[in-house]
Amino acid sequence: MTLVALFFYLFAAVMVASALLVISSRNPVHSVLFLILAFLNGAGLFMLTGAEFLALILIVVYVGAVLVLFLFVVMMLDVDFAALRHGVMQYLPVGATVGLVLLVELVLVLGAYTIAPVIAGAPVVPIPPPDAMTNTEALGHVIYTKYAFYFQICGLILLVAMVGAIVLTLRHSSRAKRQDVGAQVSRRREDTMEVRDVASGRGLQL
Amino acid sequence: MIGLSHYLTVAAILFVIGVFGIFLNRKNVIVILMSIELILLAVNINFVAFSEALGDLVGQVFALFVLTVAAAEAAIGLAILVAFFRNRGSIAVEDIDTLKG
Repeated sequence: MTLVALFFYLFAAVMVASALLVISSRNPVHSVLFLILAFLNGAGLFMLTGAEFLALILIVVYVGAVLVLFLFVVMMLDVDFAALRHGVMQYLPVGATVGLVLLVELVLVLGAYTIAPVIAGAPVVPIPPPDAMTNTEALGHVIYTKYAFYFQICGLILLVAMVGAIVLTLRHSSRAKRQDVGAQVSRRREDTMEVRDVASGRGLQL
Repeated sequence: MIGLSHYLTVAAILFVIGVFGIFLNRKNVIVILMSIELILLAVNINFVAFSEALGDLVGQVFALFVLTVAAAEAAIGLAILVAFFRNRGSIAVEDIDTLKG
């Protein structure tokens, strides 16, 4: 049990420290790398709670795809980030005030909450014991049956996001030759072809 | 013994760091998007912690959905950012005032 506590404090400390570095580092590439570190430690926390599938999804999908996308965009944009940092101190007081108020509120909530016995006594989908079923299997049993509708809505959201991202960033180059299906279909034989009688030995004057 | 309140505390700290980051980097949209990712990670930690504490798998299912939406949001946000940068040559939030909102 002490080992679990040790790992919890390790993951939590590294995660909070790297989150602070995300928002305070001067170079956005460093920000992205620290965000990756924060997410990896978040995955470690997930693993400690027993949510193995989510932990690995966080690493594979989030770190592997979304944060690398961030990295691409940061490196692709030619922005003077030093100029963007100018005047940060101007926003520090109001940001610190809002953050402090929010933190105090959250700590007050943490100190006072109780879980209603109705909720605590009756889980909607009980987590099966680890030796009976793996976490991935248990999630699959629920997602594809009880929450199948929501799962499909998720797929739809991703589809819309994909189409939106492509539409937003696609640029037609004027030099590229493209297929014009309408012009191809509406092309008629009379417009493009002509049958002529060619006299023998005379050839054809075009 | 690590319990629910430990996880909630860490998630609360992470959430506040995310909100603070939005205020601190008012000009840099990329870091604002990263702060939003931090906030969503904090929310996910809350979901998973409650899922374990209550012995209920639904928290993990919902965290999965939050992850999906967060990924879609990041992709769209970055696409808007790239399109905006092509048009204006800048990503400063102050320049995004065409609508005079």
